[in-house]
Amino acid sequence: MTPDILNTIEVILNGLMTGVMYSLVALGFVLIFKASGIFNYAQGVMALFAALTLVGFQTGQIPFSHLINEIFGTHVHNWGPGLNSVLAILLTILVMILFAWLVEKLLLQYLVNQEPIILFMATIGLAFFMEGLGDLMWGADIKTLDVGIPSGGSFWWEDVTRTWVSEGYEYYGMYIDLLDVWAAGIAVLLVTILTLFSQYTKTGRALRAVADDHQAALTVGISLRSIWVIVWSIAGFVALVAGIMWGSKSGVQFSLSLIALKALPVLILGGFTSIPGAIIGGLIIGVGEKLFEFWIGPLVGGATENWFAYVLALFFLMFRPQGLFGERIIERV
Amino acid sequence: MSVDTNVVLTVNNIEVIYDHVILVLKGVSLEVPEGGIVALLGANGAGKTTTIKSISNILGTERGEVTKGSIEFMGEKIENLTPTELVKRGVVQVMEGRHCFEHLTVEENLLTGAYIRKENKKQIRDDLEMVYSYFPRLKQRASSQAGYTSGGEQQMTAVGRALMARPKVILLDEPSMGLAPQLVEEIFEIVRDLNEKEKVTFLLAEQNTTVALRYATYGYILENGRVVMDGEAHSLAENEDVKEFYLGISGGDKKSFRDVKHYRRRKRWLA
Repeated sequence: MTPDILNTIEVILNGLMTGVMYSLVALGFVLIFKASGIFNYAQGVMALFAALTLVGFQTGQIPFSHLINEIFGTHVHNWGPGLNSVLAILLTILVMILFAWLVEKLLLQYLVNQEPIILFMATIGLAFFMEGLGDLMWGADIKTLDVGIPSGGSFWWEDVTRTWVSEGYEYYGMYIDLLDVWAAGIAVLLVTILTLFSQYTKTGRALRAVADDHQAALTVGISLRSIWVIVWSIAGFVALVAGIMWGSKSGVQFSLSLIALKALPVLILGGFTSIPGAIIGGLIIGVGEKLFEFWIGPLVGGATENWFAYVLALFFLMFRPQGLFGERIIERV
Repeated sequence: MSVDTNVVLTVNNIEVIYDHVILVLKGVSLEVPEGGIVALLGANGAGKTTTIKSISNILGTERGEVTKGSIEFMGEKIENLTPTELVKRGVVQVMEGRHCFEHLTVEENLLTGAYIRKENKKQIRDDLEMVYSYFPRLKQRASSQAGYTSGGEQQMTAVGRALMARPKVILLDEPSMGLAPQLVEEIFEIVRDLNEKEKVTFLLAEQNTTVALRYATYGYILENGRVVMDGEAHSLAENEDVKEFYLGISGGDKKSFRDVKHYRRRKRWLA
């Protein structure tokens, strides 16, 4: 193979990996949208908040330490050397479940049967609130997150690919970040578990029932409030996974909450109601933007990755508004 | 109503207001005897559905609330219970327009009916077979998406789903809606069957007065949020006013507009 082909393959592979990262964020949106019809603007901030909390536990930070120091004139920052990754992750999961419970208790409960736009506004408020809360609890500095997932290029892959090149060319091998490979594996696992859960468990069935018709779900005795707590907990868990991946990749900082914006075109492509759609939409956007940058980018001065996804989404909105895999609106004739 | 029968469900003079302003029910009272099939009749907007929804307490999701009166089930007040609690106690509603879970298969729809039950799988399996024995058609369609089944099959699914909760009372709202006359008969036959064999009590809201009175034991006629008439089903079916206004049978010769007006007056007095 010529280096050109090999380079293209490398771009595609890296696109796939990036796509998986987008999918992870999009997945959280789909879960909540399906079960409650709410477009949860706070999903990106949830990922940030989860990552902040995780780092906080790992490093043994005292929550609200700035506030405490300000009020009491103390100088407390840490309560100890911190927890190991597994324990910190488990605790963060508990925090996200508590968060889901509070959202239902303080917010959703009062907004039953309101217009979608009102619910959407409420989640925007929630997003800003959480951003502030995360800041106040754990501080605004950029943090590094390391839960022990290997990162950096794979030398083995570099060596393997170096042998693929045809005689007479010079080629240095493909670069693939191990962290991305892990992220892809974890995403696949996550989706498999979610799919099995929603297809084959009683609670999963109830979730799908609520997604279809929440009034009818009430009439068979499904409690919407507990379903919402469950859904938001799962979305919180997905946010944590996304937070870990993005946080390990680019550090835990407030721009992390903006990855939610990248999830939007993914959702438009894949459909707001489809879990596989979120995955495949993410992959298409990931590969699409990398390839576009690789081929067309140099001709237009580069930086196409910033807008490619949104333009693609625009075309989808015009020609296939329900997305590739969005739930078909069942219409009997 | 005769005193010797056991009353399971009592609605005492309830008033329902939507959105804090719209008064929909203006004092509805009714009683449902154990093992009975009670029909709630009346035109569009009379308050049949609202009555049923206030019993099953899903008014809250539509910004409605019961502001006066009380509802009792087996001697206990239930107007403040959650829908989940009501289903657990054995009051299950089948909504107007069927409301199947479209993207779930027929069998999954039926299984969601058993959501609140804690029994083991075997018992729920047995009940599933019981439902299939009443609705053999559902067994054939078990694995197809409910949204793609016919209107009749969806109505059967909705009733079957309610049965899976092992209810004492089913609140059946407009089972005939959008179904061919033949199917309506079929559904009502099954209702009667379930009433006799499974001992399920029914409160059904119906516009199709003819069919409803044929299968019901007792009937209430609602108009503008009030009960304007009630009685044994057969005597209601014989009643001249009911015949004319709800069954569409007039006394043979054509009536003049004056008579109609006179009748209106009579009815207003009744209300």
